[in-house]
Amino acid sequence: MANVISDETIEYVGILAKLELSDEEKERAKKDMGEMLDYIDKLNELDTTNVEPMSHVFPVHNVFREDIVTHEDGHEDTLANAPERNGDSFVVPKTIV
Amino acid sequence: MALMSLTAVELGKKIQAGEVTVEEAVRDALAAIQSKESQIHGFVTVDEEGALRQAAKVQQLIDDGTLTGPLAGVPVAIKDNMCIEGMRTTCSSKILHNFVPTYTAEAVINLQKAGAVIIGKTNMDEFAMGSTTETSAYGETRNPWNTAHVPGGSSGGSCAAVAAEECPYALGSDTGGSIRQPSSFCGVTGIKPTYGTVSRYGLIAYGSSLDQIGPVAKDVTDCATILEIISSHDAKDSTSVEREDLDFTSALVDDVKGMKIGIPRDYLGEGLDAEVRDAVLAAAKALEAKGAIVEEFDLSLVEYAIPAYYIIACAEASSNLARFDGVKYGYRTQEYDGLHNMYKKSRSEGFGAEVKRRIMLGSFVLSSGYYDAYYLKALRTKALIKKAFDEAFAKYDVILGPAAPTTAPELGKSLSDPLKMYLGDIYTISVNLAGLPGITVPCGKDHKGLPIGLQLIGDCFQEKKIIQTAYAFEQTRAYEHSPLA
Amino acid sequence: MKQYETVIGLEVHVELATKTKIFCSCSTAFGGAPNSHTCPVCTGMPGSLPVLNKQVVEYAIAVGLATNCTITQHCKFDRKNYFYPDNPQNYQISQLYLPICRDGRIEIETAEGGKKTIGIHEIHMEEDAGKLVHDEWGENSLVDFNRSGVPLIEIVSEPDMRSAEEVIAYLEKLRLIIQYLGASDCKLQEGSMRADVNLSVREVGAAEFGTRTEMKNLNSFKAIARAIEGERERQIDLIESGESVVQETRRWDDTKEYSYAMRSKEDAQDYRYFPEPDLVPIVIEDAWLDRIREAQPELRDEKMARYLEEYKLPEYDAEIITGDKHLADLFEATTELCGAPKKVSNWLMGETMRLMKEADMDPENLSFSPENLAKLIKLVEERVINSSVAKEVFEQIFKEDMDPEKYVEEKGLKTMADDGALRATIEKIVADNPQSVEDYRSGKKKAIGFLVGQTMKATQGKADPGMVNQILTEILQG
Repeated sequence: MANVISDETIEYVGILAKLELSDEEKERAKKDMGEMLDYIDKLNELDTTNVEPMSHVFPVHNVFREDIVTHEDGHEDTLANAPERNGDSFVVPKTIV
Repeated sequence: MALMSLTAVELGKKIQAGEVTVEEAVRDALAAIQSKESQIHGFVTVDEEGALRQAAKVQQLIDDGTLTGPLAGVPVAIKDNMCIEGMRTTCSSKILHNFVPTYTAEAVINLQKAGAVIIGKTNMDEFAMGSTTETSAYGETRNPWNTAHVPGGSSGGSCAAVAAEECPYALGSDTGGSIRQPSSFCGVTGIKPTYGTVSRYGLIAYGSSLDQIGPVAKDVTDCATILEIISSHDAKDSTSVEREDLDFTSALVDDVKGMKIGIPRDYLGEGLDAEVRDAVLAAAKALEAKGAIVEEFDLSLVEYAIPAYYIIACAEASSNLARFDGVKYGYRTQEYDGLHNMYKKSRSEGFGAEVKRRIMLGSFVLSSGYYDAYYLKALRTKALIKKAFDEAFAKYDVILGPAAPTTAPELGKSLSDPLKMYLGDIYTISVNLAGLPGITVPCGKDHKGLPIGLQLIGDCFQEKKIIQTAYAFEQTRAYEHSPLA
Repeated sequence: MKQYETVIGLEVHVELATKTKIFCSCSTAFGGAPNSHTCPVCTGMPGSLPVLNKQVVEYAIAVGLATNCTITQHCKFDRKNYFYPDNPQNYQISQLYLPICRDGRIEIETAEGGKKTIGIHEIHMEEDAGKLVHDEWGENSLVDFNRSGVPLIEIVSEPDMRSAEEVIAYLEKLRLIIQYLGASDCKLQEGSMRADVNLSVREVGAAEFGTRTEMKNLNSFKAIARAIEGERERQIDLIESGESVVQETRRWDDTKEYSYAMRSKEDAQDYRYFPEPDLVPIVIEDAWLDRIREAQPELRDEKMARYLEEYKLPEYDAEIITGDKHLADLFEATTELCGAPKKVSNWLMGETMRLMKEADMDPENLSFSPENLAKLIKLVEERVINSSVAKEVFEQIFKEDMDPEKYVEEKGLKTMADDGALRATIEKIVADNPQSVEDYRSGKKKAIGFLVGQTMKATQGKADPGMVNQILTEILQG
């Protein structure tokens, strides 16, 4: 495998993605990601010099909204699925200590 | 009466004519679901009460002449990644096990306006990540042609439900082949429209730049009819395209004289099952016999579509799925120590292995130092793939090929080797990268009796050409009902 | 001891004055119950999609033009990915690769009275986050998404400032420009203008910049000045003791006058930016730019010149009045109504300033209407009330935006214009004060002052002092 994924990398990506993997899952993730990256490296065969990266397929641009309030009080809908709420707010573990 | 063996348009006609009531149609669908779900498991949620309630309302509107469209009163199943107000929407994930949206996807609103009766939500690969419907947190769906096999994915529930005749038609979504491949495996017809044709508002995103909603049904007429209804320019979706050629049913013409059809040699090479190859080439012959001009050509770049796709789709997914964090909706872990631990435990417990695998890969390719090498490289590759298609469509009206290299694999054989599973998307994936429309129609069976699908690809906004070609081909063979139908 | 130079760049976030949020039609109004100004889009509900508010683009362009930026005529949004509960999608839609404005500059006045140009690296559009309320005793924080999706522009300066004074001059200049454009009210205390300070120190004469830190949570000019001083000292102490400055984000605690590092293991600061696939590019054609350029309102410098020219105001008055958009608007509207610019200016420069100082308030919080000040000026001009009564009436206008005509009527404050009644009052006072009459007639002309005072007292200040003087003179000399 050309791409060897280290424990540190898996740990770091876990922090970015907010995923906590078991040791077993980590080993599997290292292997899977390494294999995938080896496969992805196939793209390096392709000469893309002077090719503009294409994020949108169609040349659609300037899609705007007018600045008009159309939305009424939405708090009940917003909170309808809250795992934990207090009054009209969502509850999360304290963000500052 | 076996109403579910009718096509959606046939059933709609009977309802319009007063031969069948909406309630009868809905009760027939519910009864079919009742009797077949233990073998198929195409649904995550069945809304019996809601469906009967809607049936009464729609019947009234038909009776008073308000609803006269072809699908008024016809039951439909919706893939479980489209939000419907008041109906649990899970994306077949534990992380959304209790999520009840307060809004409805625009495509579904369009169906509701046309008098469709929603009977439930269909099973899928978790967050549409997979090709077998085995990554669902609610158990796998089985192929109605042989329940030891997968239905394909990710819209496996929708395709299996249609093939098993639990409902006349369904909506699916296609990010890398998720309508076309399971349609092929289940012997039904499905369309992935041009990107921007059907609003994505209310579709829970996997790869935003690739996702499109489309119809799954028994035949091309149904698919064109459904697509005509669900397509619309939606001000809520900035990527929605304003089109004036949405009269797809006008292309239901049995005529391919002079239609130029190209078969990419790249689609017939290594990895393609011989039986699939023979069936697809036989289909091409049938079209040729009807006056189409068929020739092989080199599309090129086919092998680069998969790596480019997985970079783009996983990168977008890693960001799109960040919102599932246990704060606003869905699953939150029971015990945790502080905010970040809550995030990590909720997400790690709430997501399945395939979703985590793609989120990890997507986060990695976007992380500091890798963006140019992976993400930008993939976007450049996408530009080249689009160009290759542009050149092909300068010569051909339609590109013809298989939808998948094989017929449906057996259950439990795919997930152990993800890369191999990804390679199965080879014929469908580049269509999403280039934003093109594609259709799958049944074209035969293998020696095990599993269906083979023919894929027709059109240039952007040229749905009518592929609909017309598919329709003409369809006239050469009869629809085969699955053993579980 | 070594001499150090402070190098400062600012990242200023300004909330734009749109009616709706940047990507949905929810109101941006302040207040309201938590989560009342929310919808699926600004709370990150699955399946929701953003649609850009055109006014946001127009305000961003207007600010860019007024700060001499180059407008990026083909610009895009990107996603900035990080997890935090005030960020409902766990990504913020912002601009990294193609910000809407680049390479601008504004001129500030330095303490020495000179001019200095501060470069603007870029201005980009983005969405604001929600609000977190921390339960002081409990283990939880509460999340309110009312502010989530409120449009912001972030104005990133070049590291061109060298002192707190320059920073404040820059901020005040920016604030004036943006207020004049009507793009934001720029209130630091309320958070509609927020500044993060990037600061490093280096030995005077050094060619390279030192390692910088970024300080957040600065919500007044005073806090900014203190934070700059505090951080400068902290960095110099580190360098002097042989340690090195760590590039990091620090949170300023203004009560403790110290900054704290905001780092944690879970905060990798790797934002994985990529182009926002749910939004299409923005193409700003020349015609659109021209339209915005033509619609740009008069900015401060032009306005000041016009006040000198058109209204003949003294330079000092013009400078103070144009120094705040609200004050300038008040001045112009009142002048329009009463046609007496110098009198309006006097009320603003005199009584208004005095009362504002007493109440420790900013001009932007003035609440009286031009109509009522104009009416007051007319009342004085037409001698319906005298100037001391006018001051009393103005206090009421200042406090409660009272209609002066009604107030004067109700309180009976009109000047005694009835010649007969006033003459009778004065005759009585003359009769009651023979000593003063005697003094006056024997040449002590100043004695008349006492008699005027007595008359004013008797009329409860409502008499016109000029008229009193005239009648008294007649009687005493007659």
